[in-house]
Amino acid sequence: MVLGALATRDWRPMHHDYDFAVNRNGTQDIFLNTPNQAAWFERYVTDWTGPKGRLGRMKFRMKGSVYPKDRMVFTATVEDVSTDDTGCGWVSLLVTLAVDGVTKTDCSVRVALPTAPDDNPWARRGDQWQP
Amino acid sequence: MSDPTSTDAVDLPPEVAAVIGQYQYTETGEFPAEQGYIWTSCSSVENGNPLFWDADVAAEITDGPIAPPTMLSVWFRPHNWAPGRTEQALPLQVHFDLKAAFDLPEAVMTDNTIVFHEPVRPGDVLTTRQVLRSVSGPKTTKLGTGRFWVIDVEYLNQRDELVGVESYTGFGYRRDAA
Repeated sequence: MVLGALATRDWRPMHHDYDFAVNRNGTQDIFLNTPNQAAWFERYVTDWTGPKGRLGRMKFRMKGSVYPKDRMVFTATVEDVSTDDTGCGWVSLLVTLAVDGVTKTDCSVRVALPTAPDDNPWARRGDQWQP
Repeated sequence: MSDPTSTDAVDLPPEVAAVIGQYQYTETGEFPAEQGYIWTSCSSVENGNPLFWDADVAAEITDGPIAPPTMLSVWFRPHNWAPGRTEQALPLQVHFDLKAAFDLPEAVMTDNTIVFHEPVRPGDVLTTRQVLRSVSGPKTTKLGTGRFWVIDVEYLNQRDELVGVESYTGFGYRRDAA
């Protein structure tokens, strides 16, 4: 948790200082910061897509905090598969981060995937990239 | 259901209405995107995507090394300390401006969306600018009474290419008397 905060250059004490988190913020412990959560969601999605998967959009809805010793469980549902006007292939996912069966964060993800063996979403620029 | 953040037919103070859609607080990051931080970030979440670890894969797929897209805001976070700094810069200044303009002491962020455009590459120096998109009329929620607003933070690289947009929905409020 501390490594994640520092890796995202988030120096705020509630992510590394137990006394500050508990006695100033009134939380039960230090907690996972949002940019590091984003990194966890990215890793989860691209572990599935492989390196040609290109994130287009992520929308976060924070519902609760993640604390040290929590076991994070990620699950996802494919909500839509489409091809846009430029020929780019898209998958819409709803990814959920839960602890002990309780949802902590929902993340809607739109990720581009190749539509053919020689397709590469990363090659798209300008008007050809409509995230 | 109507959009709670809509500005339609909302009577806003002139100083707030005047800045809707206007670029504000354009700032340039303190340091370039760099490979070491990319590896530190990937390591923190055990992200083994070869795009970030294997130069040959990066050359083939992304025409050279790039940063994980979700590191977008990392390249703009100020150092914890810097010589000569006398006060800490507030991120998302427009948000604090609105709290002051409407005299709303509390605020929460209810949604955060990130849209990714051109990839960030090692050596890139990013510039950000904030844009107030909308302010709602008075609303009452379980937190209290206040207003919703939507603020975009646009990130551009040194070639003025858009690399991403973060969009925040905030709710500034005053707790209702018990």
